[in-house]
Amino acid sequence: MNKIIELVNNFALMSLLAVGGGTAVLPEMKHDTVDRHHWVSDTQFAEIYSLGQLAPGPNMTCVSLIGYEVSGLAGLVAVLFAFFFPACLLCYFVSQVWDAAEGSPWRDAVQRGMAPIVIGLMLAGCYALGKTASFDPAKGWDYNLLTLGIGAAVAIMLSLTRINPALTILAGGVAGYILL
Amino acid sequence: MSDPRGCVSLGKIFSVFAVIGATSFGGGIVAYLRRALVEKEKWLDEDSFMAALEISQTLPGLNSTNMSVIVGRKLRGAAGALVAVLGMVLPGAVAVTALGFAYVALRHDPKVAVILTGVAAAAVGLLLQVTLKIGWRQLVQPRDLAFVAVVFVLVGIFHVSLVVTLVTVAPLAIWINRPREEDKAG
Repeated sequence: MNKIIELVNNFALMSLLAVGGGTAVLPEMKHDTVDRHHWVSDTQFAEIYSLGQLAPGPNMTCVSLIGYEVSGLAGLVAVLFAFFFPACLLCYFVSQVWDAAEGSPWRDAVQRGMAPIVIGLMLAGCYALGKTASFDPAKGWDYNLLTLGIGAAVAIMLSLTRINPALTILAGGVAGYILL
Repeated sequence: MSDPRGCVSLGKIFSVFAVIGATSFGGGIVAYLRRALVEKEKWLDEDSFMAALEISQTLPGLNSTNMSVIVGRKLRGAAGALVAVLGMVLPGAVAVTALGFAYVALRHDPKVAVILTGVAAAAVGLLLQVTLKIGWRQLVQPRDLAFVAVVFVLVGIFHVSLVVTLVTVAPLAIWINRPREEDKAG
């Protein structure tokens, strides 16, 4: 039971800190769940995040699997609720206030000021995931070249074509099976 | 356009969002939302869609669930917001749960492990591409780039907590972007 409460506290806080979307809390979430609470390993965290890319809908529903790892189905449901409910509740009330602030120049200032912060957080998320998923110092340079190459290939494919992102993730799995 | 408020059934709201939640892959949910809400159901016009999106992006939480809350609220108040979020989240949650069961059962299989390594390596590429696509304006503008760099170093390298980072950096960033007199004149 204590673990469930800890999970809820943790993910409810993440929920309210996820400015600009779920990926912004990735670095903090990884630090918390891997280094501080030891709920999942580095590799598991990266794998769970990747599974989220294969499922439809909001890609952060995958955080519920961290709850599953810690305390089974109850943990899964608790994390799902904790990660989605507080932010939704906040949005419900703030969007009413926001509607009322229509036309205020400060609304614009908030948006322009927050934009680079969100991008910085997302880049930190890339870095946190990439440290595990793209570069493993324990492995040889050929292995790391392949994992970095898969990531680069996906980024380039997505920039140049309108391919469904989930397909590029699946292709990464196939490449891993054949090459690694 | 006739005002749809109050006359859309909760079941209809749920089903429209559940279809989006079940068919949108790879994080591009905004495009799916626009197609369903603006073009197909005509619950919102283009301007109110963009306004809702702006709030969703500024507030904490996922854009997709925030959009669900805002649109659901506009259509049917609190109950509308609730069914819209449930519709958005449930299909993906069920799919992730199924994937998770398979993952827990199979992850120690070395064949599955290399597939997952490939999948994770690809996910980093996806995340990087999405970040660059959303953020190129901030990355080419020196003042914004400075904030991007500060936040990246604080959170990514030094693991400064997100609360501390936001409380210190956000007010500064908003102050630097504060409304100016000449903006009013222009």
